Amino acid sequence: MTKKRALLAGAHFMNGDVACAEGAIAAGCRFFAGYPITPATEIAEHLSERMPEFGGIYIQMEDEIGSMAAVIGASYAGLKAMTATSGPGFSLMQENIGLAAMTETPCVIVDIMRGGPSTGQPTLPGQQDVMQAKWGSHGDYGIIALSPSSVQEMFNLTIEAFNLSETYRVPTLLMGDEIVGHMWEKVVIPPASEIETVNRKKPHVPPDKYAPFMPDDDLVPPMACFGEGYRFHATGLTHDEHGYPKTQSSEVQSKLVRRLCEKINKNEDRIVKVEEIMLEDADIAVISYGIVARSALSAVRKARETGIKAGLLRLITLWPFPEKRVKKLARKTKAIVVPEMNCGQMVREVERAAKETPVAFLSKLGEDPHRPKEILEVMRRSA
Amino acid sequence: MVQEVSHPFSSYLRSAMIPHIWCSGCGNGIVLNCFIHALEELQRDLDKLVVVSGIGCIGRTAGYANADSFHTTHGRAIAFATGVKLANPELEVVVISGDGDLFAIGGNHFIHAARRNIGVKVICANNFNYGMTGGQQGPTTPLEASTTTTPYGNIEHPFNLVHLAAAAGATYVARWTTLHVRRLTQSIKRMLQKEGFCFVEVISPCPEIFGRRNKMRTGLEMMEWFRRASSVENFSDPSKAEITSKRILVGEFVNVEKVSYERLLHEKIGQINEKKIVW
Repeated sequence: MTKKRALLAGAHFMNGDVACAEGAIAAGCRFFAGYPITPATEIAEHLSERMPEFGGIYIQMEDEIGSMAAVIGASYAGLKAMTATSGPGFSLMQENIGLAAMTETPCVIVDIMRGGPSTGQPTLPGQQDVMQAKWGSHGDYGIIALSPSSVQEMFNLTIEAFNLSETYRVPTLLMGDEIVGHMWEKVVIPPASEIETVNRKKPHVPPDKYAPFMPDDDLVPPMACFGEGYRFHATGLTHDEHGYPKTQSSEVQSKLVRRLCEKINKNEDRIVKVEEIMLEDADIAVISYGIVARSALSAVRKARETGIKAGLLRLITLWPFPEKRVKKLARKTKAIVVPEMNCGQMVREVERAAKETPVAFLSKLGEDPHRPKEILEVMRRSA
Repeated sequence: MVQEVSHPFSSYLRSAMIPHIWCSGCGNGIVLNCFIHALEELQRDLDKLVVVSGIGCIGRTAGYANADSFHTTHGRAIAFATGVKLANPELEVVVISGDGDLFAIGGNHFIHAARRNIGVKVICANNFNYGMTGGQQGPTTPLEASTTTTPYGNIEHPFNLVHLAAAAGATYVARWTTLHVRRLTQSIKRMLQKEGFCFVEVISPCPEIFGRRNKMRTGLEMMEWFRRASSVENFSDPSKAEITSKRILVGEFVNVEKVSYERLLHEKIGQINEKKIVW
């Protein structure tokens, strides 16, 4: 039976990669360029079937470098565009993620994290790319990265990623992992009328008055697209408001690069999302994200059963780092526990924000995320 | 009475970006000039033109053309252009870049774009070296040529670009030098009227950086080499068109009809959705 050309409103049992692909369709994404890589391939496979049903484009490029370049091209030609990959491909995309940041290109990059470095563990989960998400391309720039903990969130946060990328004209990263990518869970897809989508703001001046990188008060410039008669220029070189290269001017460099950072950092309160569970009276807080947060929640519940006043701060936004929330939390808790599937990445940000409050780090590499009892044990020691 | 006179082609140039950065004797201005003439003769709508460049001297062309334009990362112009053309097939998407950008760092994108037959038109200014970074050896540097990184003479065999393009599947392949301005303009016109992936190589003088290390100190001397060595031969075997100091074979090498990737893709999308409506 042929599927209807419509969003699959209703309750489904699907895997995280497929939920991400459906989220992209729901968000209005109509261009996907990618390259096969475990454990993100199912996103490409599903979109190769679904995109044409919506008049959208699916193309398999020759590599991840080309995929990211094509995504930027499609976005400048007016479509919402995305790619999906895993660690090695994410590394290859970094230069053009920098180009997307510099040319303020709305686009979404999904990284289904596996074990690294290098080819690492293609079929196993990791959280080793979260610092790369922030610092992966050379130079300074603002970026947004989200962390889904469930298959439902693979759907929801893909939509959120598109909305943020369109609002702030910034490449937005969905940092999933092999488990949320491959796990099957219930997903509820709302009817299209209930899904909020955001489109980039268009120029409010005629072509002869248009400066493509002249920001509004929110620090985000309105975006014309190719073929609309604005005849504008964009470049990866340091450029002025007209998009013209100004590679010898410290003033232009300072103004541009600071704005690229500030349009994200100054909007931290609007962008950042966290989930706070049992934190009101907590002495010990676990700060966690992604699949590990599911284990952390179980540990927190077990701790409460044994009389430890524990709570969970789940980071949905990784970048910009929810600094204010962590600072606030650190002031009222005795200790913070950070479990991560890496050798210590986001914990550095937590330590920086927590200041005097002791932070215990629990590292895990390889097959499984932390077991609740492992996290509970560290909480007991910290209590 | 003094009358203000503007250049007849000023509407094709982004005046705020002029003067250009190119050295005297450089061939890039001729490439841009021929491109503009082709647009003028075809009366193309500049609002529907996108010029894409990579990195290098000729890479600045995107900024000079008064159209929508994008200056990508090094080597990625064709991959970027692929995204543009697929997203909006009504746009004319032209990549103007150099030999190092398109065939060393960007070589993989070139052959795959040609294989797919995506409707992107590529003009390569081949100056035999990396001019902007000061004259290093590149994928088209002739054997024994002196560059800043081959001080004892180049020992790498260069690409024969027209053979590469033909083998990879381009529907139109031509080579001219900057001496052949009328024929080059005609070739660009022909390319802009064709469906699918098209390629025009322009042998372009770089006297300041390449020529002076290779006994051709001025643009004129380099053009003299082009005049002496080039011979026009249309539809000859591209595999036998290697460039040597004695011979630069120019002309059209390939001109075939082949359905483009974007046409196949959008037809497929149409078919899929038609079926849906029937259902």
